[in-house]
Amino acid sequence: MKLAIGLLGYKLGMTQIFMPTGEVIPVTVVQAGPCVVVQRRMKDRDGYNAIQVGFGVIDEKKVNKPLKGHFSAHGVRPVKFLKEFRVDDVDKYESGQEISVDIFSEGEKVKVTGISKGKGFAGAMKRHGFHGGPASHGSGFHRKPASIGMHSYPGRVFKGKRMPGHMGVDKVTVKNVTVVKVDKDNNLILLKGSVPGNNKSLVVISK
Amino acid sequence: MDKVSLVEKAYMKRDIPDFRPGDTVRVHLKVREGEKERIQVFQGVVISRAHGGTRETFTVRKVSYGIGVERIFPLHSPNIEKIEVVRRGKVRRAKLYYLRNLRGKASRIKEDTTRS
Repeated sequence: MKLAIGLLGYKLGMTQIFMPTGEVIPVTVVQAGPCVVVQRRMKDRDGYNAIQVGFGVIDEKKVNKPLKGHFSAHGVRPVKFLKEFRVDDVDKYESGQEISVDIFSEGEKVKVTGISKGKGFAGAMKRHGFHGGPASHGSGFHRKPASIGMHSYPGRVFKGKRMPGHMGVDKVTVKNVTVVKVDKDNNLILLKGSVPGNNKSLVVISK
Repeated sequence: MDKVSLVEKAYMKRDIPDFRPGDTVRVHLKVREGEKERIQVFQGVVISRAHGGTRETFTVRKVSYGIGVERIFPLHSPNIEKIEVVRRGKVRRAKLYYLRNLRGKASRIKEDTTRS
């Protein structure tokens, strides 16, 4: 497993920017961090090395008691989201330390994880890319999944058969996303192309 | 200002002349041929402006040797050296797609003398 730190952020939306050569690059703008290190996980105590990173403002009234204790034990302000990143060297970090977008550099390849947009109950064509039937010439067989099995032997539908059902709202990770630009002042990061999820949804950017 | 337009602002040109659909413009384009770069001019009537921010584009239509030619330019592209307004036109629509069905005298646009 590759051990690397990452950042949490909100997907803000997409736009396009120009290279000096006139090339157009589609980018997703992500408000990434600043994140705060809440807790260090140590091998001798927790069985693994990691840092727990927090992001997002939350009304203190909405934090429940166990979490409130967790935050005050480490001397940090309550945050909305917590996420652990496995790292080798925990000693570099301490509770309350801020992590911002400058851990990424332009041109770097990153991993982006988000919750994909919900599509509701989707048919087999949309959900699994089935081809469906002819649209016209009286076929009457348009977007159906067609045969789902054999005959009295095996007499059942195999488990895992791809069928219509709920689509989207899955955790999706996109790898090898290029960092186009890092804006430290505004805590923004521009990623080439699209990233999973709705605008304003939480995304995790990791190395 | 929202953060996306903050990002876009850095890539937008500030020296774009005020022009609208109906105006005749000369677009000075940078064209790369191998190593060399030269300027190519495309002159015609602006028939549409679309989108916003860095994504804004405009469509220029001209009739070249009896054939209608339309080009869509990204307004903020670095490949556009300069946009010159040749003539101000008076039109009552934002999209002048009806010009595609007209030719000759019928496709003339009245000059707008109130804007200079």
